Amino acid sequence: MGVLESADVVLEVANLGKSFPGVRALDGVFFRLRRGEVHAVVGENGAGKSTFMRLLAGLETPDDGEIRFRGRPVRLRHPHAARQLGVAMIHQELMPFLDLTVAENILMGRERTRGPFGWVDRAAQRREAQRLLRQLDVPVSPDCRMRELGVAEMQAVEIARAIGCRAEVMIMDEPTSALSERETRALFRVMGDLRRQGGAIIYISHRLEEVFELADTVTVLRDGRHVVTGPVTAFSRQSLIESMVGPPKSRIAEPKSRIAGVFGGHDRAANARPAEDAAALVVRGLSRAGAFADVSFAVHRGEIVGLTGLVGAGRTELAQALFGMVEAEAGEVRVQGVAVRLRSPRQAIDHGIALLTEDRKHDGLVLTLPVMHNLTLCGLDRCSRGGWINGRREEAVADALIADFGVRIAHREQSTGTLSGGNQQKVALGKALLPDPDIVILDEPTRGIDVGAKAEIYGLIRRLAQSGKAILLISSELPEVLALSDRILVMRQGRLSAALDPRRATPAEILHWAMPE
Amino acid sequence: MHPRNIRPWLARYGLLLALVGISLALSLAKPGFLTVSNLINVVRQISINGILAVGVTYVLLTGGVDLSLGSLVALSGVAAACWAHPGEYPVVVPVLIGVLAGALCGAANGAVITWGRVAPFIVTLGMMTVARGLALVISGGRPVSNLSRAFTTLGSADLLGIPVPALILAAVALASHLCLRHLRVGRYVYAVGGNELAARASGINVAGVKLFAYTVCGACAGLAGVVLASRITTGQPNAGLAYELDAIAAVVIGGTSLSGGVGGVGGTLLGALLMGVINNGLDLLNVSSYYQQIVKGLIIVGAVWLDKRSTK
Repeated sequence: MGVLESADVVLEVANLGKSFPGVRALDGVFFRLRRGEVHAVVGENGAGKSTFMRLLAGLETPDDGEIRFRGRPVRLRHPHAARQLGVAMIHQELMPFLDLTVAENILMGRERTRGPFGWVDRAAQRREAQRLLRQLDVPVSPDCRMRELGVAEMQAVEIARAIGCRAEVMIMDEPTSALSERETRALFRVMGDLRRQGGAIIYISHRLEEVFELADTVTVLRDGRHVVTGPVTAFSRQSLIESMVGPPKSRIAEPKSRIAGVFGGHDRAANARPAEDAAALVVRGLSRAGAFADVSFAVHRGEIVGLTGLVGAGRTELAQALFGMVEAEAGEVRVQGVAVRLRSPRQAIDHGIALLTEDRKHDGLVLTLPVMHNLTLCGLDRCSRGGWINGRREEAVADALIADFGVRIAHREQSTGTLSGGNQQKVALGKALLPDPDIVILDEPTRGIDVGAKAEIYGLIRRLAQSGKAILLISSELPEVLALSDRILVMRQGRLSAALDPRRATPAEILHWAMPE
Repeated sequence: MHPRNIRPWLARYGLLLALVGISLALSLAKPGFLTVSNLINVVRQISINGILAVGVTYVLLTGGVDLSLGSLVALSGVAAACWAHPGEYPVVVPVLIGVLAGALCGAANGAVITWGRVAPFIVTLGMMTVARGLALVISGGRPVSNLSRAFTTLGSADLLGIPVPALILAAVALASHLCLRHLRVGRYVYAVGGNELAARASGINVAGVKLFAYTVCGACAGLAGVVLASRITTGQPNAGLAYELDAIAAVVIGGTSLSGGVGGVGGTLLGALLMGVINNGLDLLNVSSYYQQIVKGLIIVGAVWLDKRSTK
């Protein structure tokens, strides 16, 4: 690579690292971006792509390593610093000002003003916005309210805004995930124009076809580490997937031996599958527009069914529908053979269903409450009579859960917000399981927790299955799914795409079924 | 004490400490402060604000707000007074009518907030005007007077040397403390305020809990209205102006978070007491009521600022 002129390099990253409590999100990453280049960054869920981009955009600060912009080391302490250098990020979740006009959004923070009082010159704003939109060939009026636009149009406006800021580096995180085919084409044309004008684009996508079509260079991340960088022509779809999941043998053998070794064998052969009508949970043709469609499967007593797929494949929405948090629009759910309607979490709990939600801070735990009060929240009927909570009994119930789930705390009255991620997750698990459910849905049970806590939670999941509970394990971590599941379901764009046998499936095979076609 | 341990300690007892400190300073400056008759006076003065503050604690704990309290005080006072003329009904009737009027308005607030999904600020702002209008309509815009002796004793009599309004406040506070600490619905109030989504995902009937909080808050306002009407021996349609602000101030000084989920009745009582002591002290020191307003405002902001710093 040394022969290339260094003047061409816009952005260079050396040995970049970032840790979050209990997780090494990014470790020793090297990266180089040239003018006029589309550089794709690929990897599995949790490989560190988003963290990497957040560091480049100044949304997080790195723990170690260096970011050089045009050869000069820079410290991006906040997003504004990155913007000033000319690094713009088009977010996965767009954050526009919905009630302002397109022109106001494009020129936010750089308003065209007249006079000493900052009088906004609307006509000049319109002209400037119009110019940028025309340059991108986007048929959107600058006077439109942002709210009236579709997702693709909003994205185009964001790009116009970035160009208006004279961004030299544009970071696009899954920009096509919400776009139709036609809109995707339009976006690609815009990206092509940008590249010809000398802009550099970092492109993150799970859609490998797009990577092959669009990118000049590909960088693969795995477990927060840099795996390989090379011209896109040096890869095939197969070889790219393989470098994303790692060397096939060590990758499968390692977690299996570790998990199975620690927690003892879980005899899969003994789990001969009974007839479907005996299943604890049967789902038939379940659909919800925009989330998932025609999903059918069954989970039996004592069985762990793994459900995997890419972020946004509709797994979490499915879990929420099975727990009554959102309503399915079509299809049927049977619990112990009886058709049920699930319109609220209360109904789901009464039918013996438990859900460990994906994001414990968002809708899992009440962090302001003491640990004990969180643990008993779903099952206060067990320690109260006539609405009056029996303090002694509540303490006994909480202490039992704390012991069962190995929660490490100073005192049961400790505020839940002060616990580590792993301990919070154990509290969330204990809370969900207090009503003694028959069916347990676990949505990303080991997200954001350290290795030790992970191993403990794996042990808990196995114990739950052995005690006869039916478990639906939703996870993006393929080794976890492969090691724990009796069957693996793969979800792709809202539909089940494959049912695999974990004894034979490989991570590459799962990823193949998970990637959009 | 180790400096690391002083923060949680301060967060817990800082308010009590401030109350004791200010009381000591006042008793040194004015010997008249620390006398039984003056202290009883303070307790009498805070009782109406205290009852309102305890009620609105429920609402603030759920993360909501109630701006209609002052108008509910007027409405329930007028409603009670209409049934309290001498020789008509036993005293319990007007009292219940007043409380019921407040509770109904509170329930209406809660219903619109939960099922109509309108922001509490807006709904209770609307109720503030509606209830005031109702009070004027019922009374014809004139004070309702000629009330029975039994009714007016409620606000003026003493029992075992303690003013009846203060006893009512004590009863309301004790019942609320027990409810919030030991009843399931009380626990759910904290859960809903702390994280509404998690509360729902835990199978809690969030709408029901909010309805409960606003209804209790309205009932407390109704009770406060009855006590006020009894004390001033008329049902005044113009009474209670801006009472909600003092009530919310007492709750906030008492450490209840406006975003919900944190706080309690104990703090609210201390907050109301602190406001009462400072008012009383400034009166004794002959500070003009104009300055008292300024001091009160500074205390509200200062208390919350200190609370933020000590719990950080």
